[in-house]
Amino acid sequence: MRILPLSLTKVLVEREGDRLVGPLEMTVGAGGISVVMGPNGSGKSTLLKVCHGLVTPTSGTVAWAGDQAANARRHQAIVFQKPAVLRRSVRENVAYPLKLRGVPRAERLEKADQLIARARLNALADRDATVLSGGEQQKLAIVRAWITEPEVLFLDEPTASLDPGATRDIEALIGSIDAAGTKIVMTSHDLGQIKRLATDVLFLLDGLIKERGTVEQIFDSPQSETLAAFLRGDIVG
Amino acid sequence: MNGLSDGFREAFRLVVTLDPALVEIAGLSLFVSLSAVAAASLIGLPLGALISVRSFPGRGVIVVLLNAFMGLPPVVVGLVVYLMLSRSGPFGVLGLLFTPTAMIIAQTILILPIIASLTRQSISDLWDHYRELLQSLDATPAQITATLLWDARRSLLTAVLAGFGRAIAEVGAVMIVGGNIEHATRVLTTAIALETSKGNLALALGLGLVLLILALVVNAATHALASRTMGRR
Repeated sequence: MRILPLSLTKVLVEREGDRLVGPLEMTVGAGGISVVMGPNGSGKSTLLKVCHGLVTPTSGTVAWAGDQAANARRHQAIVFQKPAVLRRSVRENVAYPLKLRGVPRAERLEKADQLIARARLNALADRDATVLSGGEQQKLAIVRAWITEPEVLFLDEPTASLDPGATRDIEALIGSIDAAGTKIVMTSHDLGQIKRLATDVLFLLDGLIKERGTVEQIFDSPQSETLAAFLRGDIVG
Repeated sequence: MNGLSDGFREAFRLVVTLDPALVEIAGLSLFVSLSAVAAASLIGLPLGALISVRSFPGRGVIVVLLNAFMGLPPVVVGLVVYLMLSRSGPFGVLGLLFTPTAMIIAQTILILPIIASLTRQSISDLWDHYRELLQSLDATPAQITATLLWDARRSLLTAVLAGFGRAIAEVGAVMIVGGNIEHATRVLTTAIALETSKGNLALALGLGLVLLILALVVNAATHALASRTMGRR
């Protein structure tokens, strides 16, 4: 392990006096797909950004372990809910993180082509990325994050507002990344998707982790009425 | 109407016969303005990008000043540069007054706020869009600046062309620091002013039309080049 496990201790995030996340404790170990589940506004995206280091907690610590903990950012990647695509071709977009790391052009483009093929974006490789559909842009963003071979990949609502076909493609891509050994931490409020993908689930409400367990534990025997209500589709929070 | 038709006829004659005096004046006009655009772009593009992505004390003041200086009066710029380069001024020892270099300096000062300010606006919009991605990828400030400048290249081209338009059409500053000396610092705009004052209105209008054609050609050539290298959008 280069940077895992990740430990959040007494993490609290406040903005302008409002509590967004925490205080909470959380540990992320290697392997599998951990899904942070919860209604809109529960703090899922903020929690992911705290883990990735884009949001500094008001108090508490975010600690990576492993022999590369000091360079943790280098071994993780994040895909935002509305990912930005650069005003370049799909190939140049996917290769971009390697360009920042000084990888020679031929090498990075070759690797980009391999991932573009895995995402089944071959036909679009030379196209301006800004004209792609939402689903295609999301796939591009995921393989762009994957190109650096991160140990942990954070995905914020990767299929939000996508049609079933695009959702299926992205879930298959996430499955490939998981199979390749990358730890995935993602947010979702799509219960069907969580059942299909997750190995463990965290239920987040009002910035607090209310429950955590395997998919079976969460869906078959929720410990709180709030989680049971959320799973029934009731409005909670 | 006679004046206008005479002007068109004169412009046509000057262009078709490739009048040596016209070629010299037009060539110097292009040289001075393109040099000023190059210098102002070299400073203004990174400056505009820097102001967009970095927070520092006085940033707001610089933004306001840049916006205000987009409308700098050319004669005032000319006068200030004149005072700086005149024999008793701080840079008088360089002997640059009444040379094309002085004209380039004046035009650079004139168009730098235009290029920097328009760059800042374009880059700010793009930075809002790219910020999280570039931060998550741990891009260095130099990498961020280079990425933003490259990806905003289409709108930055417009900023540079706006600067060129201002430079090639400008007369007050180059008249003061260049002196409109024949075979040395005479450019199209100062020649137009001179011919108008001499009453040679047809020639002045002809030169004006040549100036317009020159500006059109540079803009068209730039857009054609941009379309070929960047693709149409």
